[in-house]
Amino acid sequence: MKTTKRVLLAAALCLLVVGCARQVQEEAPPPEPTAPPTTTQPAPTTGVFGPEDLDTDACLRQRVVYFDFDQDSLRPEFQAQMACHAKYMRDRPSSRITLEGHADERGSRDYNLGLGERRGNAVSSALQANGGSGSQLTVVSYGEERPQCTDSNEDCWARNRRVEIIYTAR
Amino acid sequence: MKPMTRFLTALFALLLPMAAMAQQQGLEIDIVGGHASALPIAVVPMPYQGSAAAPDTDVAAIIRANLDRSGQFRTLPERDIVERPTRGAEVQYPTWRMLRQDFLVVGRVLDAAGGGYRLEYELFDVAKQERMLGMAMTARASAMRDVAHQMSDAIYEAILGVRGAFWTRIAYVTQTGAGENARYALIVADSDGHNPQTVVRSNEPLLSPSWSPDGNRLAYVSFEQGNSAIYIQDISSGARELVSSFRGINASPAFSPDGNRLALTLSRSGNPEIYVMDLGSKALTRLTNHFGIDTSPAWSPDGNTVYFTSDRGGRPQVYQVPASGGGESRVTFQGSYNSDPSVSFDGQKIAVAQGAGNVYRIAVLDRSLGTPRWSTLSPGSLDESPSFAPNASMILYAAREGRRGVLYAVSSDGRVRQRLVLADGDVREPAWGPFREAR
Repeated sequence: MKTTKRVLLAAALCLLVVGCARQVQEEAPPPEPTAPPTTTQPAPTTGVFGPEDLDTDACLRQRVVYFDFDQDSLRPEFQAQMACHAKYMRDRPSSRITLEGHADERGSRDYNLGLGERRGNAVSSALQANGGSGSQLTVVSYGEERPQCTDSNEDCWARNRRVEIIYTAR
Repeated sequence: MKPMTRFLTALFALLLPMAAMAQQQGLEIDIVGGHASALPIAVVPMPYQGSAAAPDTDVAAIIRANLDRSGQFRTLPERDIVERPTRGAEVQYPTWRMLRQDFLVVGRVLDAAGGGYRLEYELFDVAKQERMLGMAMTARASAMRDVAHQMSDAIYEAILGVRGAFWTRIAYVTQTGAGENARYALIVADSDGHNPQTVVRSNEPLLSPSWSPDGNRLAYVSFEQGNSAIYIQDISSGARELVSSFRGINASPAFSPDGNRLALTLSRSGNPEIYVMDLGSKALTRLTNHFGIDTSPAWSPDGNTVYFTSDRGGRPQVYQVPASGGGESRVTFQGSYNSDPSVSFDGQKIAVAQGAGNVYRIAVLDRSLGTPRWSTLSPGSLDESPSFAPNASMILYAAREGRRGVLYAVSSDGRVRQRLVLADGDVREPAWGPFREAR
């Protein structure tokens, strides 16, 4: 094959790959939990949330709270996230949230069920402190049973020490 | 060849055939610390002397594997068994003294009247030139492994005076796949990992299998309803009952020694506490009342005391409380993290998962003498869920190797540790079942 044809073929393949990748990204569902965020957007102070905001509002799209080792207190960086979800709960009284608590793999599975629940309860308390109603909240602990990653290192353990905010009704 | 290289080559040559043999059997033997005081015993192959089809079970090999795994014996490898007697009259004691064996097992397989096989076997004390055991057992072809385990138990008890626990079963949980594609199963197998049977399959996590004392039922935790819940299931029939699905955590079920009660962890009151449920009436008795996490109950053999894990002092430690209610007292005072108590049949030893920094190992607290003594049985670093054999001679536990969960059996003196190659995927949450026959 001549050089020109080879180059064209390679370029076409590249475009195909990029095009497909972009297509996959555009069809992706709301973001999966990733590395711990360092800042979140402040909640909107005017207006009322609607269900579509769960997919478009930058704060509401934050659905994971991360914890330090052996801790169940919320770090300050998650306060804004608590505020916007609590506002959504007030604006949408029919909404329901399950708070799934998790722990990293170290130590007893039974004890980690307890740790996951403590963290879920901490997020529940924070949402209620921000004005959300406890009747809209359920806490379920999965302990270490549903990890985000399975490497035995600090980075992965940090990603597993989390509470996930799951909307079961918008 | 340099001496070191020669030594290493010899060592390698010695270990390779053992490893190959072990792989074929589905087990990997990892000898830790050597066999300095293990009893040398020769189990001679037992030939089929019938006229029908030979069994495909190598009974002598199963007995050898059992005795080696216990840590109490060092069996003579088959290739070193230079004479093959099948009964007492054929035994030449000088051979076995020369081979430095303390004990000798011989036997043969015959046809049983009415189908199946008849195994005749004898155990000899080589130094005294005396027969210690002479037994015959009949079995169908499908039960030959069970017979080999029962023979192992008889040999073990005749020599050591302790009931053998080879003819027992274990339960464990497996996970294959990850995330949305995770699949879980609760499995029951022979104590050497053979004959796995699936008891439960689920797309949601399964945890904490606990054997009823008669070995017929398993209690376990399942997330199939979207939250933790406790079921009790009959192993043979598969029939099961939902016994606990309160709000919050329903976890760590433990049958009482008389089988009539179930200790469990419930957080319905706001944080995890220990309860005892009467299995007849389903009435609950609450045993703890503290804002800490109280979990992982384990019964004393007389059914009067419940041991459990609590972080009321800051980090998890083991405590005890009367089974009918009363004051709690702390049991473990060494190590910064002690959890998952498993109690030996005589109540004298408690095995725990003990943590120091990021390393978790299996440790045993022995309270049979005046001062409590600790021994560490496993190397870590993420060892958990210890479970005593019913004769307390060995402990089953879960470990991580790379990204995989695996099970190990370690002798209670820590001498021999063996990895059980059980299934694809991740294996965890072992529970050693009771003796298969009441005495």
